[in-house]
Amino acid sequence: MSTATHHKGQPDTAAPAIELRGISKAFGPVQANKDISIRVMPGTIHGIIGENGAGKSTLMSILYGFYKADAGEIFILGQKTAIPDSQAAIAAGIGMVFQHFKLVENFTVLENVILGAEDGRLLRPSLAKARKSLRNLATEYGLDVDPDAVIQDIGVGMQQRVEILKALYRQADILILDEPTGVLTPAEADQLFRILDRLRAEGKTIILITHKLREIMEITDTVSVMRRGEMTATVKTADTSPEALAELMVGRKVLLQVEKQPARPGATMLEVENLHVTDEKGVERLKGISLEIKAGEILGIAGVAGNGQSELLEVLGGMIPGTGTIRVNGQDLDLTGKHSDGRSRRARGIAHVPEDRQREGLIMPYTAWENSVFGYHNDPAYQKNMLLMNNAGILKDADDMMNRFDVRPPNPRLSAKNFSGGNQQKIVVAREIERNPDLLLVGQPTRGVDIGAIEFIHKQIIALRDQGKAILLVSVELDEILSLSDRIAVMFDGQIMGERLPGQTNPQELGLLMAGVAGKAA
Amino acid sequence: MDYLTILQILDSTIRLATPLLLACLAGLFSERAGIFDIGLEGKMLMAAFLSAAVAYVSGSAWLGLLAGIAASMALSILHGLASITFRGNQLISGVAINFLAAGLTVLIAQDWFRQGGRTPSLAGNARFEPITLPFAETLQSVPVLGPLYHDLISGHTALVYLAFACVPATWWVLYRTRFGLRLRAVGENPAAVDTAGVSVVGLRYAAVVICGILCGIAGAYLATALQAGFVKDMTAGRGYIALAALIFAKWRPWYALSATLLFGLLQAVALRYQNIDLGGVIIPVQVMDALPYILTVVILAGFVGKAIPPRAGGEPYVKER
Repeated sequence: MSTATHHKGQPDTAAPAIELRGISKAFGPVQANKDISIRVMPGTIHGIIGENGAGKSTLMSILYGFYKADAGEIFILGQKTAIPDSQAAIAAGIGMVFQHFKLVENFTVLENVILGAEDGRLLRPSLAKARKSLRNLATEYGLDVDPDAVIQDIGVGMQQRVEILKALYRQADILILDEPTGVLTPAEADQLFRILDRLRAEGKTIILITHKLREIMEITDTVSVMRRGEMTATVKTADTSPEALAELMVGRKVLLQVEKQPARPGATMLEVENLHVTDEKGVERLKGISLEIKAGEILGIAGVAGNGQSELLEVLGGMIPGTGTIRVNGQDLDLTGKHSDGRSRRARGIAHVPEDRQREGLIMPYTAWENSVFGYHNDPAYQKNMLLMNNAGILKDADDMMNRFDVRPPNPRLSAKNFSGGNQQKIVVAREIERNPDLLLVGQPTRGVDIGAIEFIHKQIIALRDQGKAILLVSVELDEILSLSDRIAVMFDGQIMGERLPGQTNPQELGLLMAGVAGKAA
Repeated sequence: MDYLTILQILDSTIRLATPLLLACLAGLFSERAGIFDIGLEGKMLMAAFLSAAVAYVSGSAWLGLLAGIAASMALSILHGLASITFRGNQLISGVAINFLAAGLTVLIAQDWFRQGGRTPSLAGNARFEPITLPFAETLQSVPVLGPLYHDLISGHTALVYLAFACVPATWWVLYRTRFGLRLRAVGENPAAVDTAGVSVVGLRYAAVVICGILCGIAGAYLATALQAGFVKDMTAGRGYIALAALIFAKWRPWYALSATLLFGLLQAVALRYQNIDLGGVIIPVQVMDALPYILTVVILAGFVGKAIPPRAGGEPYVKER
């Protein structure tokens, strides 16, 4: 949409900033990259899009010298260049911002920036030089960061800036960003895109790896699509559409819009009245929340991360105590006492897909079949006798479940950490939905999940609703809230700012509510 | 308690704190780089034995010191091989080194000297002699400060002064040099160091080697300065106390000095007051001897507060995206 304004009009004769020719890389039997060739022109933002596991990160790791390609050549500005290690990549003017930041948490911004790029054996001169250089970079690119702040005290958005500054300080002309918006709030993502815009205007070349179609359409000049280790297409962004890209990524037509019938709400399933939560530091996180959800209805909670949505899920799921009233099926829940734990909640028919699947949803080193019963492992069906669990039975159930939920690979004996993000999420969703709950709590169901799996998980949630269950959906993705919810409540600063119907609102109005701008008009 | 007694106890504190301090700084370098080292004890013991043996045979305490450093470094590199190159478990490697040293020292000592697993007593130049600092004798008569200078500050061996000089040196290296920045980084987040194009393996080996050198000096001090010769198990848990001091010190050099001086003081007090008569009830000597160890546990359990170890400590670095 906005691409036209940015083209620098590079002549076609200019050498590409980066050219990869015939790159192949295998990890054991898995061919992660197959004969990949790509040309990235200088002064452009080149998107690389593909599902999780398509080989995008492998390709970029080869370019950054983290892996050695089995075959193929790399050209930087027309010069054939060998990149055996990260040092060589840095020397060639390549900087990389990894998905998981490579920062030393208890160092200052300045120390992180100079690490590995110090000028001499003593630190003082390097630090002074970097301080000056950061000031220049801040004015040049709008990258303001307090150089003396300690990394663990600043937010992820700031940390990402530090990563970008690290690359720029090393005079990178080519910047690779791997899934940069995965950890950012929408506002932080917008800021990042403004910075990238600025960098492009200054002539830097940017490779943006993502699986979010919206980002590709918003900021890139050219986009390459990867699927199963192969480069399936490279097109001008202006000449393509999200639908066409999605089809190239997945290899079949994908429904970007969720198909669903109008809700047929039944009796009230969940009633929350005047719910308060105060955290360990004494900060009030929920300031009198009241809401209700009927059977057969999805209530979406929109909001910028950190405005109490997580606490709402956690108090409902029995992970933290609260005060106020919560009724499920007309019966009060215990919010502080003996029955305020996750197990008691599950016994009352409340299933919970937590926001952070790796920390709260799964035990990563455990196998898929073990993970498939956590929270329900005391169920009599899983006991062989007083002492032993019915492992064979659990294994068989897990096998069935994984096939039904299309978890790939469908091997229940693999540990959870060996599945991609989308498939991990399918394991969690399957576990919670399969127990046929009355109320399903879902937090960020598709965070870091690829597009094929998103479609699948959305369908499962709709199907559960159509069986007459109540669903509370918390997501920072407005698109997801808008397309799944039957009603939308917007949270800001521990309060509900208002409720809207998805057909009668738009992202702008919700955005204002999310920022706490609009008044309390229900 | 009169002034001179206090000075004597403090003097003894310095002597006893020296090996703890050296071992603690050794552990600091290693652990700051992300390599846990429970084998300080074994390295000190091996260094103590070899330095005493070489000092006895050659008649030179300095040659003994070099031999002690070499012995300790050999074990350090073994630990490095196991935990850096082969990515083994650092605790197990450290425990193995302790066992190896405990057995090997006695075995070789018996084979060489046939004195029941000890070395012959060292005398003359085979031992580090106390150094009298300038004007110590002349200033002794100055009230208060004179005895302080003469009894407490002057009259230690070269290794004591070296150990205390290591504290500011360690601080300076850690916080003022490029090497120190990278060393601290590699113990916190080796991936950050790796992606910055610096060798994680190289840094960690450097740290382990420095650890070996300092442990070597500590061991040599025990056998050729504090005492006159090697005896079986002469480190007596000092390596572990140094580790406790390291945690107490939150992996910082100046705190390490205070922590080891505290442990040294406990040992000095225990040495001086062997049987305490509390009006009829006599506290037996064994209780006093056990006091430093008991207090180690109490301090670690109760007074450390929140000590955050280097985040990547104990984990071998495996490159990943």
